[in-house]
Amino acid sequence: MEALRTKAKELLAQGEVQVVIGYEAGTAGVRRPCFVRTAESAIRLVWDTNCIGNLAGYLTRPEIKRFGKPAIVANNAVLRSLLQLVAERQLQQDAVLALAVAQDGVVTELPTAQAVEDYLAISPGGLSAADREKMEHLAQLSREERWTFWQRELERCIKCYACRSSCPMCYCGHCTMDCNRPQWVSVPSHALGNLEYHTVRAMHLAGRCVQCGECGRACPVGIPIHLLTCYAEESVHRQFGQQAGTRAKLDYALGAFRPDDKESFIR
Amino acid sequence: MAKPFEPKITAFVCNWCTYAGADLTGTSRIKYQPNIRIIRLPCTGRIDFMLLQKAFARGADGIIVSGCHPNDCHYSSGNYHARRRWMVFNDLMEFMGVDGRRVTFSWVSAAEGTKWAALVNEVTDAVRQLGPYTEYQRLIGAGVA
Repeated sequence: MEALRTKAKELLAQGEVQVVIGYEAGTAGVRRPCFVRTAESAIRLVWDTNCIGNLAGYLTRPEIKRFGKPAIVANNAVLRSLLQLVAERQLQQDAVLALAVAQDGVVTELPTAQAVEDYLAISPGGLSAADREKMEHLAQLSREERWTFWQRELERCIKCYACRSSCPMCYCGHCTMDCNRPQWVSVPSHALGNLEYHTVRAMHLAGRCVQCGECGRACPVGIPIHLLTCYAEESVHRQFGQQAGTRAKLDYALGAFRPDDKESFIR
Repeated sequence: MAKPFEPKITAFVCNWCTYAGADLTGTSRIKYQPNIRIIRLPCTGRIDFMLLQKAFARGADGIIVSGCHPNDCHYSSGNYHARRRWMVFNDLMEFMGVDGRRVTFSWVSAAEGTKWAALVNEVTDAVRQLGPYTEYQRLIGAGVA
């Protein structure tokens, strides 16, 4: 933690970056995002195992961009998001200085997307063991049981769109959900609209989801919605052999094709 | 006396192959079951999965999605893009528990009038067997479609 504070202080004092996006102490042991803009306030930064939120979503926000060049305190999920944002041309190769913090508190500066790529090649991360188990359990159920499971989960959705807001990949200025001509998905939270909304979200993140699980954590009613996007992402990985958040140069899987793409269900 | 169940089938087809193929079926005087509502779109590349959702939300019991065979697209690559999208959507539907037997993807060319008739008959019979898609239609009552 000390190493992180010293590094942040140094970077801000030398003017290398204008803002450090990191975590600070919140209430009841919760860590919340903070935006450190002066060397003196670098003391606010904390780093421990509670720092799990994905901060990468702030990188594309206009109000944060206004601060100037950012450095970001990064766990592996943030690094994967960063790569995917570069791949989707939302960030320049060297627009962000990533401060990768290891378990033991050692800070590694990653100034370019290439450096992030090399760093991630050693420790990629991804879906947690618990989520993997849940996903495999669901896959083993019958189709009807899966339908019941998701209906029971999704009926609790209050359409607060916290999943959308917390997702680093949901940066569209105009979202399909807000489109009312035509009204693709109805506004109130009811069974049909909820099912449609979460299908749309998963489809729009297929081939783009970095599997950080942030949407699932953001959900105020505790629906494991990240399983949907993660599943769509894995479907892309399995069928087209590419994974979001692993390379800085990556074509959007559903925007590209190979003439010999193999499927077995089209008659 | 209650009428026997007749399925509503929505077909999303591309203008250049399947629509022309369906036209050929008609001009060839081949008869097939009348349960189908054909919706013509410029290209399979235009057939968004949200259109399929809308069809179910409006009470369709079955859906057919059809376009040009690979390599035959009028816009050269629309069906390749569509195929990738269907591959992921099909997978996701399965994971969410949507009944995959109610959505049929197919390639029907402008020369395949008989294939179209056979496809529609086959799908209509299969969906008639399955019965109305109550699982989904129950959701419609819960709100505004």
